[in-house]
Amino acid sequence: MNPMLFAPELVLLFGSLILFFLSLSGSGGRQARNLSLVIALVAVVLTFAGFNQQGTLFYAAYKVDHFSQLFKLLIGCGLTVVLLFGGDLKGVSDEVRPEYYLFLILSTLGLVMLVSSVELLTFFIALELSSYSLYLLVPMRDDRTGVRSQMEAAIKYILFGVVATGVMLFGMSYLFGLTGTTYFSELLPKLHALGATPAAMVGIAMVMGGFFYKLGVFPFHFWVPDVYQGSSNETTAFIASVPKLGAVALLIRITTLVAPNSEIVVDLMMGLAVASMFYGNLVALVQKDIKRMLGFSGIAHAGFVLLGLITLQESGYATSMYYIFGYVVMNLACFLVICKVSAQGENVLIEDLSGLHKRSPLLALTLGVGMFALAGIPPFVGFMGKFMLLAGALKAGHLTLVILAALNTAIAIYYYLSVVRVVYCNDPEERPAVAVDGVTGAVSVGLMVLIVAMGLAPAGVLEMATQALRAIL
Amino acid sequence: MDFLIMNDGTPWLSILIFLPLAGALVQMCLKGDQAARLWAMLVTLATAVVSLPLYFKFNPNTALYQFGEDHVWIPSLHIHYTLGVDGISLLLVLMTTLLMPLCVLGSWRYIQKRVKEFMVCLLLMESFMLGVFAALDFVLFYVLWEAMLIPMYLLIGVWGGPRKVYASIKFFLYTLAGSVMLLVAIIALYLKTGSFSIPNMMGQNYSTVFQTWVFLAFFLAFAIKVPMFPFHTWLPAAHVEAPTAGSVILASVLLKMGTYGFLRFCLPITPEATFTFMPYVLWLSVAGILYGGFTALAQSDMKKLIAYSSVGHMGFVTLGIFVLNTKGIEGALLQMINHGVTTGALFLCVGMIYERTHSRELAMAKGVGQYMPIYVTFLAFFSLSSLAFPGTNSFVGEFLVLAGGFAKNKVVAAAAVPGAILAAAYMLRMLQKVVWGGTDNPDQSYLTDLNLREIVTLAPLLFFVFWIGLAPKPFMNVMHTSVAHLLDQVNVAQAGGAVKVAKVMLP
Repeated sequence: MNPMLFAPELVLLFGSLILFFLSLSGSGGRQARNLSLVIALVAVVLTFAGFNQQGTLFYAAYKVDHFSQLFKLLIGCGLTVVLLFGGDLKGVSDEVRPEYYLFLILSTLGLVMLVSSVELLTFFIALELSSYSLYLLVPMRDDRTGVRSQMEAAIKYILFGVVATGVMLFGMSYLFGLTGTTYFSELLPKLHALGATPAAMVGIAMVMGGFFYKLGVFPFHFWVPDVYQGSSNETTAFIASVPKLGAVALLIRITTLVAPNSEIVVDLMMGLAVASMFYGNLVALVQKDIKRMLGFSGIAHAGFVLLGLITLQESGYATSMYYIFGYVVMNLACFLVICKVSAQGENVLIEDLSGLHKRSPLLALTLGVGMFALAGIPPFVGFMGKFMLLAGALKAGHLTLVILAALNTAIAIYYYLSVVRVVYCNDPEERPAVAVDGVTGAVSVGLMVLIVAMGLAPAGVLEMATQALRAIL
Repeated sequence: MDFLIMNDGTPWLSILIFLPLAGALVQMCLKGDQAARLWAMLVTLATAVVSLPLYFKFNPNTALYQFGEDHVWIPSLHIHYTLGVDGISLLLVLMTTLLMPLCVLGSWRYIQKRVKEFMVCLLLMESFMLGVFAALDFVLFYVLWEAMLIPMYLLIGVWGGPRKVYASIKFFLYTLAGSVMLLVAIIALYLKTGSFSIPNMMGQNYSTVFQTWVFLAFFLAFAIKVPMFPFHTWLPAAHVEAPTAGSVILASVLLKMGTYGFLRFCLPITPEATFTFMPYVLWLSVAGILYGGFTALAQSDMKKLIAYSSVGHMGFVTLGIFVLNTKGIEGALLQMINHGVTTGALFLCVGMIYERTHSRELAMAKGVGQYMPIYVTFLAFFSLSSLAFPGTNSFVGEFLVLAGGFAKNKVVAAAAVPGAILAAAYMLRMLQKVVWGGTDNPDQSYLTDLNLREIVTLAPLLFFVFWIGLAPKPFMNVMHTSVAHLLDQVNVAQAGGAVKVAKVMLP
């Protein structure tokens, strides 16, 4: 066995073990955070070094290829960015911080394994590893409101999660029943041979449900606003970005199972996409808490991601990947600002951002760029992604869907713009200036450059995504 | 790329577009307000100088796009970075580069807070606007067209008047909502032609139904930008609240993008639908002319007055475009430039009085003629130009438009004529109040007349008012071939059912 194949996973695994012992020793969060950062960086470097590795492990249940390596790299980078700007972890008390980082690393480990697994049970185990660690992160927040909203969020998260997992397992049982295998490489030809058999369609749709839940697609979205609001800002930053990479990776894998002529699954996904976009955007219009607003906006963006999948073509999958990469970057930029503006880890209302341009010009610019990018205004990455998704969907003949999606862009601009308005046009009044340390400043500049660069030169990223897809198609 | 004459080795258009952008990036690193003003002035002047060779090297005898550049941008979607100007866009590019230094000069004292950021926004605007006029790839066009909203939003929202928040959001939402369907139309056209090249989309034999839908999507986007009645409601709000430079950019350049869009996209890409919808657009233009005129007559806020007068003037432009003959379109093109020069100058004039009295109310500006003789001289000439007085620039443009209108249909043209009279009424009313006022003038003795900077700001515009008014030939020359080519492209479709509808609508 080539150790390089499994090196990032091993680093995360041993890292979490060290964190576990650190949590037993009762030492502080500072140490744990630095250690996690080292783990994350080493994992990123190792993934990068092994980017061109290929091979299978564990009786072919685990496959390392371009596709998995690309996602692993991005998951690692996402974790690193969250650790960099969320270093002070204001919303979580010092004594549980080692555990916090332990579960954060474990959750990342789950995601990293998820994108490599090519067998249904491995899927399931990896998914649960990442989900259960996340469930535990949510209630670790300090109880500052006195109503234990973080507990409520955690319970919702776990209950909906379990239901979604149940649906997914049920679907897997159908697939196994139909084909007699849990291996992806064998499922694919058998399911395609079955064609548009109702049982196969139902099975695939139910398996998708598990990842719709992760991505926050209607009707698996109910956890999103409450968990976003109830978790500490740093946790939300993670939940809102990194796991979505894994979800899209797996959704692409599952969508490839859909036989080319199965209209029903495509229609179902179209319906879910439209429902997600309208629901997310319309409800986001009236939000006051910015995390909640971003939660609903995330639901709408999840709908957009589906636009690429319904084409059932390589180019469509590639744009979906491009879109979710861009989405993670934009979202991280926004959450970076939220984490910094929140002085003691409390939730940030949109109103609290008043006059941010005077309190911290850099953060204001970051948030402005992030919001305009999420809204899909050029020259940012959000526009390019949206444009390519619409072009792909129209090419596949879904005119009505494209028009509805375009209308959603117009609806969405209002709430993104309201944030920019508060940041740039309102007076700060009594609100204090926000200090930005060097690392955070560098990260925010880096994220802005990425948002613009990906928007202006999407060819490189698309090429990378297409290469990665060749490995699985 | 047979529609393109490549540049002579110097990428003039790219230099034009990227010079202000680079200037904006440098600007961000500068310290101090005065340095920011000087730097912005330097960059905009340099851009203006760089744009001059475009006029002298332009070959007016070809309808092809000149100074062309073509690079692959996103290969998988066949998106190119294609630039080029023809007789339709050349003058708009030059007008933009001329106006920007004046905008910087006009904001010299007006903008006192966050000067650096203001100038960055101005430079970004210039870059995007020039790009919109020069882009020959639809995605490039759309990217710049939308990107422009961000600095413009900030110009109004941060440096605007008391109702800036309302005005800026309304401006942004209106324009963006109008352009989302444009995006869908662009993609639909791409799927038909296989590329995003604008000239390649022209003259294709699209089906009537397809043309109709594409035209409607185009029309919504451009009519909002123009703005045509009844899509004009964002305009008075945005104009009134924007700072002087913002109003000038809005009125002089941004509105032209709508009419430029009609000329560049609607007419040549969807000629059949253009004929179908022509009567409706003509009547909407007439409605705009009359509505703008009457509303301007009732304003007590000088900026609002000029804003509504813009609705009327732009009505003349759309009228000229949609009569679909040489005189009409050439008149409309010239009128686009005229409106840019004259209305820009009027907004600068209002800004100058606002800096002194801190009010835009006509009643507060009554009788300043006694104390500001130079100012009212400028104002008088620009007002006369605005009402299309013979000898000034607008006369030539409006005359051509009406001549084209009468050649097309006497009823429509006759219905637009009262607009010219209304223009005289509201402009002279304003002029009378500002110069002389009445017996109850407020005390204006504290006012100082224009200083050298302000005179320098207005003088070039006055020069163009008379130049175009007395000798429009250098301006008309460059457009003849392109307009003739455009009409050829449109007239291909002049057959079939569209004409019958026109007979009913245009008695």
